[in-house]
Amino acid sequence: MGDSQYSFSLTTFSPSGKLVQIEHALTAVGSGQTSLGLKASNGVVIATEKKLLSILVDEASVQKIQHLTPNIGTVYSGMGPDFRVLVRKSRKQAEQYLRLYKEPIPVTQLVRETATVMQEFTQSGGVRPFGVSLLVAGYDDKGPQLYQVDPSGSYFSWKASAMGKNVSNAKTFLEKRYTEDMELDDAIHTAILTLKEGFEGEISSKNIEIGKIGADKVFRVLTPAEIDDYLAEVE
Amino acid sequence: MSIFEYNGSAVVAMVGKNCFAIASDRRLGVQLQTIATDFQRISKIHDHLFIGLSGLATDVQTLYQRLVFRHKLYQLREERDMKPETFASLVSAILYEKRFGPYLCQPVIAGLGDDNKPFICTMDSIGAKELAKDFVVSGTASESLYGACEAMFKPDMEAEELFETISQALLSSVDRDCLSGWGGHVYVVTPNEIKEKILKGRMD
Repeated sequence: MGDSQYSFSLTTFSPSGKLVQIEHALTAVGSGQTSLGLKASNGVVIATEKKLLSILVDEASVQKIQHLTPNIGTVYSGMGPDFRVLVRKSRKQAEQYLRLYKEPIPVTQLVRETATVMQEFTQSGGVRPFGVSLLVAGYDDKGPQLYQVDPSGSYFSWKASAMGKNVSNAKTFLEKRYTEDMELDDAIHTAILTLKEGFEGEISSKNIEIGKIGADKVFRVLTPAEIDDYLAEVE
Repeated sequence: MSIFEYNGSAVVAMVGKNCFAIASDRRLGVQLQTIATDFQRISKIHDHLFIGLSGLATDVQTLYQRLVFRHKLYQLREERDMKPETFASLVSAILYEKRFGPYLCQPVIAGLGDDNKPFICTMDSIGAKELAKDFVVSGTASESLYGACEAMFKPDMEAEELFETISQALLSSVDRDCLSGWGGHVYVVTPNEIKEKILKGRMD
């Protein structure tokens, strides 16, 4: 793949036992726009800031929260183009599973396969790690689930998590506000409040995106009108 | 003589009330010569899922090994047993992979699904699934089996009656087929137990 001069792995161990490229990838994630997720008792919500480069950008065409399957959605912090590639690969893996077993892929399996792809890019010749961390929200037979996948390929199941610029403030806020028996609507309110914490400027339905999945097992991105309703309730 | 008739076989599965039965003959032949009278055609995938394979004996054994391999990996990865419907889709996909050089087997799959609902299906050697609500048959004795099952089958039989019915259907059908027989092997599976019985029929 490429010139023989570049056929070694770009992620090689440092003397301290770290993979420096992955640390740099995590830095790229940490300077990306804040995103977060919460697992409620009857669903999962994920949300992100959607700060665009200028007011001239057609914000309706930008969609940061994507479906992987009808019952699994995902959001990212970090590099948008890397996210697009991962979404494409994950969707294909989900479809291949469905084609083989005629059964929708369980959330844990899809997360594991996506994480495997990300790990492969830390150990192959001529490629670099992905500069995104993903939050995967799904609802299957095991109930609501929220996973975070990092550039190294490690994944964790969370009750609530945040990533990106405002990660420490957001996580502190979530630790205080999160309760195990929260319902989905409460979780959406808490998500909005958490985003508001570190938000530069005025929060509105045009500069955040929210996706949710409930017991109906259908992942949906909320319309701006629905976001406005939730924002009004929060005020 | 067709390659499917080289070894001789008979497999049948029937649905009962929250249970199923799967049965096969025990003869392994090389055309007209009988080589073994204890050949295993039905294998357990997990406690609520069985597969019976008729056709060329070498492919029966190889295909069974491949399926057990796939199921064990699935169990380790997903931390659960495969549902019968899922397993049937997997078998169909594996058979179709060899579309232009197929495994010369016809599988019969029987299992208890969610809520202990019995599931049976059969497919041809390239993976065309055929689901049925009552019984499925396969092997050199299949034509006789169709007739016997059609005549003897009743819906919602309990385990004991199901055992009697499937045994009679199997033994009377293999008696009309020179390439299958030499006894029978029956499994009756309910949500709580697996009953395995060997039948003594005409040994010829």
